[in-house]
Amino acid sequence: MKRLIILGAGTGGTIMANLLRKRLARADWAITVVDRDNEHYYQPGFLFIPFGFYTKKDIVKPRSRFLPRGVEFIVAEVDRINPAANEVVFQDGSALAYDYLIVATGAEIEPSETPGMLDGWRDTIFDFYTPDGAEALAAKLKAFPGGRLVVHVNETPIKCPVAPLEFAFFCDWCLRRHHRRENIELIYVTPLDGAFTKPVASKALGALLDEKRVQMVTDFNAERIDAAARKIIGYDGREIPYDLLVTVPTNMGSEMIERSGMGDEFRFLPTDPNTLRSKKYENVFAIGDATDVPTSKAGSVAHFQAEILANNVVRAIEGRPLEPAFDGHSNCFVESGRGRAILIDFNYLVEPLPGRFPFPVFGPMSLLKPSRINHWGKLAFRWIYWHILLPGRPIPFVPARMKMAGKKRPAGVGAMPGSTK
Amino acid sequence: MPQRQYGPATVAVDEEGFLADFSQWTREVAAAVAKEEGIAELTPAHWKIIEYMQKEFKENGQVPSIRKLNKSGVTSTKELYALFPGGPAKKAAKIAGMKKPEGCV
Repeated sequence: MKRLIILGAGTGGTIMANLLRKRLARADWAITVVDRDNEHYYQPGFLFIPFGFYTKKDIVKPRSRFLPRGVEFIVAEVDRINPAANEVVFQDGSALAYDYLIVATGAEIEPSETPGMLDGWRDTIFDFYTPDGAEALAAKLKAFPGGRLVVHVNETPIKCPVAPLEFAFFCDWCLRRHHRRENIELIYVTPLDGAFTKPVASKALGALLDEKRVQMVTDFNAERIDAAARKIIGYDGREIPYDLLVTVPTNMGSEMIERSGMGDEFRFLPTDPNTLRSKKYENVFAIGDATDVPTSKAGSVAHFQAEILANNVVRAIEGRPLEPAFDGHSNCFVESGRGRAILIDFNYLVEPLPGRFPFPVFGPMSLLKPSRINHWGKLAFRWIYWHILLPGRPIPFVPARMKMAGKKRPAGVGAMPGSTK
Repeated sequence: MPQRQYGPATVAVDEEGFLADFSQWTREVAAAVAKEEGIAELTPAHWKIIEYMQKEFKENGQVPSIRKLNKSGVTSTKELYALFPGGPAKKAAKIAGMKKPEGCV
């Protein structure tokens, strides 16, 4: 009997368990999934908690419920991977050997990476990337009398790179509805040179910030936070005062990756961007936020990777060459407030462009433009996540590789390499 | 692909002036890009960082992050900001003839 171990039962790990249980004969292959707890959070829901649209219990279910029969699920802390011995070592010292390993341990926030951030933690400094942080922020926002509300991205890459923008848009919308907007100054602080990394989307999203009277501070890298004086101090000497700081701290991979000596400077696993195999170990693969591949850290990416990764794991087992099929495809709904959302769809080479999705002309969704149907799409996605995405079923009309059909490049912006039709 | 005159050479660049083809990079091009970015002279401290970044880029195909530079022992984040004021990762990458750092997308 051979064994495949999947570390992490989040979006990527759960989909892989579902896909591979169907592909690997039960008589020959045991599949073991390991996670440190049995709580699967629908992470896109975190954004909605601070504004009172969801509470924690609306977005959490047992991880075990989404794993297929014939898969062993272990709840335990992993101390490290020992890739030389092909085994996973648990914190109690026991070890489990694998023939193949899939790393799906995600990314997490590390506020301790910024000196001073923890001094004001959940007092005047909040995150919304954890369920507890999002709930604490909900209480804080409700009681916030007014002043400077700073939305801050500490360092890239981060999970769901559009989430802090959505947070700013939502803030503007909710404060307006409650007639509190005039008392609150909204400031968006980013280490990037604009609202987003890629020029076309950066312009569109930057214009939205402007429209919502959110000031933007760009190219800002925090050296430290003076929580007592309530200001962020940049490496270039600039200081940003705040009354309430909503920060996205530095995102890093699991500490277990570092203990295993397998990570880069962010504890992400160096991974081939097209085959999704570890750059160093032939029988180790990775999916989702845990990898270092240069696309968004987002559930949609894990979903698109899953089908390609499942094929490649099977190919590796059968001794066939891997397919370099992953194109960096990512797809995100961006809540823009007022019951509207923007949809973006892109890959390693093609930046988010305006147009219609998934069908040219008919859409029905619009790319890079706020619309009501996009917002309904985002709300519907919670159901799709649990019932279609996690079981590893394809989403109708949205294939793993990005389609160029329906996308329009604005005049004056370069060619479109790397598309698939 | 647009062309730009940087010092003695005409090179292919992207919309933001980053070199499209690393093989067209020379030290003279670097000096011209640096001037445009407000750095009058590239000192040995600048070159140490540029050379390290190029070595990393050749090995991994990726522009090293500020975090990586800080951990490398070659420089510190503080020094990067002093040497390449504004956005050091971006500025240093541009001077070193590499593409714009991907950061997150």
